[in-house]
Amino acid sequence: MSLLEVKDLAVHFGGVKAVDGVSFDVSPGEVFAIIGPNGAGKSTIFNLISRIYEPTRGTLRFDGKDITGLKAHDIARLGIARTFQNIELFDHSTVLDNLLMGRHTHRATNFIQDILFLPKVRREERAHRLRVEEVIEFLELEAYRTKMIAGLPYGVRKVVEIGRALAIGPKLILLDEPASGLSVEETQDVAFWIEDMRRDMGLTVLMVEHDMSLVNQVSDRVLAVANGKPLAMGTPSEVQADPQVQAAYLGTAVEDAA
Amino acid sequence: MQEGRDCARAPLMELMQLVIGGLANGCIYGLVALGFVLIYKASEGVNFAQGDMMMLGAFIALGLGNADELGLPFGIAVIGAMAIMFVLSWGVERVVVRQIFGQPQFALVILTIAMGFVFRFVAGSIWGYSPLVLETPFAGQNLRAGGIVVGLADLVTIGVTILLTLGLWAFFAFTRIGLAAQAASQNQMAAYIVGVPVMRVNSLIWGLSGAVATVAGVLYATKGAIDPNIGLLGIKAFAAAVIGGLGSLPGALLGGLIIGVVEPIAGRYAPGELAKMSPYIIMLVVLVARPGGLFAQIQMKKV
Repeated sequence: MSLLEVKDLAVHFGGVKAVDGVSFDVSPGEVFAIIGPNGAGKSTIFNLISRIYEPTRGTLRFDGKDITGLKAHDIARLGIARTFQNIELFDHSTVLDNLLMGRHTHRATNFIQDILFLPKVRREERAHRLRVEEVIEFLELEAYRTKMIAGLPYGVRKVVEIGRALAIGPKLILLDEPASGLSVEETQDVAFWIEDMRRDMGLTVLMVEHDMSLVNQVSDRVLAVANGKPLAMGTPSEVQADPQVQAAYLGTAVEDAA
Repeated sequence: MQEGRDCARAPLMELMQLVIGGLANGCIYGLVALGFVLIYKASEGVNFAQGDMMMLGAFIALGLGNADELGLPFGIAVIGAMAIMFVLSWGVERVVVRQIFGQPQFALVILTIAMGFVFRFVAGSIWGYSPLVLETPFAGQNLRAGGIVVGLADLVTIGVTILLTLGLWAFFAFTRIGLAAQAASQNQMAAYIVGVPVMRVNSLIWGLSGAVATVAGVLYATKGAIDPNIGLLGIKAFAAAVIGGLGSLPGALLGGLIIGVVEPIAGRYAPGELAKMSPYIIMLVVLVARPGGLFAQIQMKKV
């Protein structure tokens, strides 16, 4: 059974059909990439899955459950985490506090227990900190643990965002352009992390990415979209060989050069 | 000889007296300023009805507690007023403020100015426009220490403000909800995706700010009569919040204390109406020297 089922998804903003009839399934343990030119609707698909946008049409199912009617704050609890293309962190907090915030839905203590700092709260807090330390070790963020986000370089902030998503303890992680703005070495790190997430953590990865070398390296399957519509789906090489995909990319390549 | 010594001590004593009274006043400005900051963090805008919420809270406590009204014991009247103002402010967010979510900031400003008028007329039509006195257990009681006379009301004001500030600090630093509120105030999108129900948290913060405003109102009323126009004190408290940095709870309190202390000292030693202008002069000086306020959270440095 698929972990995520997207069926005939569409969202229209006024007359603009940002996403128009996109369907795909992501299997457990799969790395699935969505590619397409700028403005194709890739991030919009992410915002629909995260329930930030209301779909005009279509359904979303996660783990066999219809999530189309849920709110944005319900998604983390189900086990869906994400990063953003433009990095959305708590800028005036430390790296550690950002990651700890990822544990929010796992905290079961109430207001009174928190204020009194009861044994139950202490036990839970220790467990959350252990979990977060695992993430810090995995992403090699030790040097930045107590640093404020606002002063950190772009590449580090990008990794912190991946860390916060992992701290949520998700089944499915959505990565929105994890390699954009990164150096070749940093992109290679991201590729290794994605492979480890799948292999060691048993995660399913859905990503939007422009860097085709990263897509080729880590993805099992690729969906190409343009103008909100699906163009082709298959293995990375199948999709890149598709004439429609090539036409869409050549079109943007010319635009980008101009 | 005796007389001479008293004369030498008098200016210092007088100054101490002014400072203590000023600190107590400053606590009230600070508490109202805390309300500004809470809502600024939750709704990304200024609630210009904050002073009127203080006024309404004081009147509700009066309505519950005074002998010729409901006549409840003072403590119960205050807690009751806090609870009523919590629910009222929570409801205002749910029903009114949430509707303008995503609109430019001035929409909230206009909305809350209008709300302030409504609160004033509601209080006026229930309790009238002539000054009323809230009956408190510590009215008119003074303590004397080394030649300084301190009103019990002033001491209570300072003590309650310290307790409330510590409570709010613990709430935001340690509780799951408080941390969620902090997260939402820093980045709503990020808060949503870690599972924080941002809208619900915002309503709660409005409720909290209503309860804090009520405490400020009751403390204000321990020092004198109240009428529906005392909410105009909110303008001074707004200056305090701006001095502190508008996004900072300790900054708001400090801003309140600065204004509270400078006002009576300027009134005693400075010429003319300088005392009345002093809060705004301080605000202007701070804004020119440190545009983000004393506790600026926004870093001006651009990479």
